[in-house]
Amino acid sequence: MDAKLLLEQLFPAGQRVDFDGQYFSGTGQTADGEVAVIGTTDAAAIGVELAFRIAGQVLEIVRSHPRRPILLLVDTQGQRLSRRDELLGINGYMAHLAKCIEVARRAGHRVIGLVYSQAVSGGFLASSMLADTCYALPEAEVRVMNLPAMSRITKIPVERLQDLSQLSPVFAPGVENYLRMGAIAELWQGDLAACLEKALAAAVGHDARRDRGLARQGRLLAGPVAERVRHGGA
Amino acid sequence: METLKFEYRGGRPCNPAQASALAGVVGSGNLEILVEQEPLNGACAVEVVTAAVGFGAIWQAVLDDFFARHPLADVRISINDVGATPAVVSLRLDQAVNAFLGGTA
Amino acid sequence: MTQSYYEASARERLAAVLDPSSFQEILPPSARVTSPHLRQLDTPAAFDDGIIVGEGRLDGQPVLAAAQEGGFMGGAVGEVHGAKLVGLLERALDTRPTAVLLLVESGGVRLHEANAGLIAVSEVMRAVLAVRGAGIPVIVLDGGQFGCFGGMGIVARLCDTVIISEEGRLGLSGPEVIETTCGVEEFDSRDRALVWRTVGGKHRTLLGEAGELVADATAAFRAAAIRALALTPDLSLEALEREHAALGQRIERFGDCHDAVDIWRALGIEAPERLPLLEAADFNTITAGKRA
Repeated sequence: MDAKLLLEQLFPAGQRVDFDGQYFSGTGQTADGEVAVIGTTDAAAIGVELAFRIAGQVLEIVRSHPRRPILLLVDTQGQRLSRRDELLGINGYMAHLAKCIEVARRAGHRVIGLVYSQAVSGGFLASSMLADTCYALPEAEVRVMNLPAMSRITKIPVERLQDLSQLSPVFAPGVENYLRMGAIAELWQGDLAACLEKALAAAVGHDARRDRGLARQGRLLAGPVAERVRHGGA
Repeated sequence: METLKFEYRGGRPCNPAQASALAGVVGSGNLEILVEQEPLNGACAVEVVTAAVGFGAIWQAVLDDFFARHPLADVRISINDVGATPAVVSLRLDQAVNAFLGGTA
Repeated sequence: MTQSYYEASARERLAAVLDPSSFQEILPPSARVTSPHLRQLDTPAAFDDGIIVGEGRLDGQPVLAAAQEGGFMGGAVGEVHGAKLVGLLERALDTRPTAVLLLVESGGVRLHEANAGLIAVSEVMRAVLAVRGAGIPVIVLDGGQFGCFGGMGIVARLCDTVIISEEGRLGLSGPEVIETTCGVEEFDSRDRALVWRTVGGKHRTLLGEAGELVADATAAFRAAAIRALALTPDLSLEALEREHAALGQRIERFGDCHDAVDIWRALGIEAPERLPLLEAADFNTITAGKRA
């Protein structure tokens, strides 16, 4: 879905969002008050400048608008692949963004992620996946790598990967797989404004993704293994 | 992938320094070997999971040699292999058993 | 004789960095908590899934420690591997050790279980921040053969400090990935000198991405880790604003630099092209006070 259309559907009561290239930020009106919006469009590759800009906006919200909920609408093909980005320490910029989101959370901001178009590997890791809860539209694409590229690197025939992806959510692209594995809490359909208000009203708690993955039978080991290490004898 | 099982009898009970020991890493041309004490009615049981299919006879020969060097009883040996050569396999077996019996990993 | 950290296995690193015989592993190989997904793809599994987690002591202080084994799938993170790391970090919330040590060596997410790995890295990120939020420092040691890339490159920079050797590389997309995707003219991954001065420990230290450059010796990593035990985590808004200002300056000052040597020159280091040849001690002397 187009970002502007999405914003209209999320905030029928009104919104003020400025677009600058692939970046946008602003506020939207909900029944419970204003929500800060930060996002990207056109499957933006997240390089140092974009990560820095999003992080700066998160800090600005924490500083100027205590407890205002933050909605991340990041459309990304992943991290920008370039020697320059590596030279400048792009992983440090991604980590900085993650820390800023954590600071917001600790300061009492609800942080909600909505994958409305694409979410790929590093760009997804440093943004929506750091939200308290991440949601997606049904048509969204979520992946680490497509199967042909995965086949080249792992040397496993693509036909075999395609067959197995019918049985297991563990490696193949697809929002349904991330739903089953617990990383996506729910798909938003129909009245998006109502979906957002419900999400804003939901309780904030611990990282519940493992529990969801287990309950949905998509990720059976993550929760039990982590629990064994946490509580087991050395 | 292939799973091979071997069992040796006539070994001597041992007094290991630790209940289990590990040698090696599951990487190309390498393998990991886990040696554990376990009541097996005096047997030494070996299970090999290997990425290289069709080398059963070579494994048999390498393990026969190993058991001749270290006739162990009530020991389970578990191997994850990624195409290690017989020389590497023998080296890792000795490292694992030395750690198991001698206590230095 | 000095023991190379680079050449050592993950188990050897743990044994050498922590106090002698102090390490107690949780879910050791005999527990056989392996990846079912690898077997499904006809790929050999490891009894520890490529990561060792447990409790030990460092300079007499109780610590939790994890070590990734690069020899197994490049230290890549799968479901079990990631869950062991998450569980260890959460254990720190209960047992409150003096610090958590992460001996990282990872290419990032394990493609054979890519979705599980990506989600696991994200859970590790949240867990690292929770541990630091509880006032417990998380210390990264990076000096292995595979460096620290992908999601683990982000994880490393969420921690209190990164102790690195020149050999220990740190980044997001590995040079091979960039070359494969963008072409050899963008990044020639076989040009080792280029790779090391772009993502190697010296450049990371000069940028401020790593806290301390050490020689490739387990004893040097141990000594630096002991020094790092004194760190106090700071996830305050003020701390993040300072970091934000520094990262903004980095883009302004070095955004047009073509090569790491240009950045080193801009930092005021004389004859920067000699830096790759220096031993860690000489490097630290010459660059003292000139880091970004």
